[in-house]
Amino acid sequence: MSYHSLKEICKICKNEDKEFWEVIRADDCCERQVSPDESLQDMNKMYEAMLSADASYDKKKRSASRLSGGDGALFWEYVESGMNLSGSFMGKVIARAVCMAETNACMGRIVAAPTAGSCGVIPAVLISYQEKTGIDNKKCAMALFTAAGIGEVISQKASLSGAAGGCQAEIGSAAAMAAGMTVHLQGGTPQQICDAAAIALKSFLGLTCDPVGGLVEVPCIKRNAAAAEAAVSACDMVMAGIKSAIPADEVIEAMNEIGHDMPEKYKETAQGGLAVTESAVRKTRPRTRI
Amino acid sequence: MSIFDIIGPVMVGPSSSHTAGAVKLGLVSRQLLGEPVTEAEILLYGSFLNTGNGHGTKQAIAAGLLGMKEDDRRIPDSLAIAENAGMKITFGEAHLRSAHPNTAVLKLKGAVCRALEIQGESIGGGRINIHKIDGLEANFSGEYPTLIVHNVDQPGHIAEVTSMLSHKSVNVAEMQLYRESRGGDAVMVIECDEEIPQEALKWLEHLEGVLKVTYYSPWKEIV
Repeated sequence: MSYHSLKEICKICKNEDKEFWEVIRADDCCERQVSPDESLQDMNKMYEAMLSADASYDKKKRSASRLSGGDGALFWEYVESGMNLSGSFMGKVIARAVCMAETNACMGRIVAAPTAGSCGVIPAVLISYQEKTGIDNKKCAMALFTAAGIGEVISQKASLSGAAGGCQAEIGSAAAMAAGMTVHLQGGTPQQICDAAAIALKSFLGLTCDPVGGLVEVPCIKRNAAAAEAAVSACDMVMAGIKSAIPADEVIEAMNEIGHDMPEKYKETAQGGLAVTESAVRKTRPRTRI
Repeated sequence: MSIFDIIGPVMVGPSSSHTAGAVKLGLVSRQLLGEPVTEAEILLYGSFLNTGNGHGTKQAIAAGLLGMKEDDRRIPDSLAIAENAGMKITFGEAHLRSAHPNTAVLKLKGAVCRALEIQGESIGGGRINIHKIDGLEANFSGEYPTLIVHNVDQPGHIAEVTSMLSHKSVNVAEMQLYRESRGGDAVMVIECDEEIPQEALKWLEHLEGVLKVTYYSPWKEIV
């Protein structure tokens, strides 16, 4: 990798007069020995897979545990009624995030971004943005490089796995990636991309991974909506001129420390927090295991 | 790690470790067997055993054994597909001590009566580790062509194998060595960037002191 921190990416942007996403793509070309066009095409395939996952939502589907399904459709209906307080754009972002996460829970095909549990965050923002502004798929693929670069730095400096770092590492990282991606789409600078990632990630520091029954459903699905909203608000804050008091790299380092110190029972083991609440235990009564 | 591990993979949910990684365990096991699977006893351990039902782990492993990849939309229906294809699958609990929490033991039989026992681990993000083959230490990812040589622990075998690879212009990506005791059974696990030609594997098998040669190809078509 030619970069190990977000600060380094910004430095390369400045020294080589490149955009943030171009630095990430250049590195991919080097790592996988592919041309810039091939790299962009491969990312475009990821975006197309996101679009296809978004379109494949089936409101009748329920997960094997029967804990989830159908909520995304409820939210779409509410957004379409115009009664929702979150407005048209944010309403669609929330609806898409919930739908995608439900599709995942029901064994549909999704794009892990960065993980399957957090797969709704990035496409919810990106697809809704494309719908609002009419940008083409290629522009969306470019934006995904920005998201990937932020995720890559987090994976190097901390972790993207709930089992290693708690939910902050999954949903927090997805929020940070989506926030930076949205600033890119709005024409922000590399520094603003990093600031938005920092602001979004700070909102999720300390978040535990304590899913009911050990399954990627409760609270994971609705957290996708929360992270997508946080990404949009972080982007708007930055574009309004607000800066992050703590630089993104330091926020990531803090997340790493918190993840290390987090008790095991809050790291995808289903032995603490929400997973052991009275209702969780009742909803996941023992079944035949095999 | 590539950025397509960050944005990606495209996969059938719900879990990269319990679903996508489980498909990969099945697929790598099928490739290791080197022929279609006719019988499979799948034993689950730890979190695979406890949360596998909610994660579709059983369907995922079966899908891999049928040759499906992690993004195959047929994964949820794999058990029925296996039944129609005449693949006999049974499930049970693996009784292991201090194994990785997401471990499966696969006891496979193939059409040409080959048999293989594989202990694999899903280590996160859809990546796996083949921990043991027929009870012997292996530890490889299934990302690369992999050569596993069991030999007597005596001087010269590593040189024989690596000079063969050099002769065939095969680059070594990773190499691991284990032995039970001095002069006892030893194993080398070599992950390569290129495929190793069949005749080179045959040649290895006939060397004195070489007990067994196992080869894994990620790309070989199995029909």
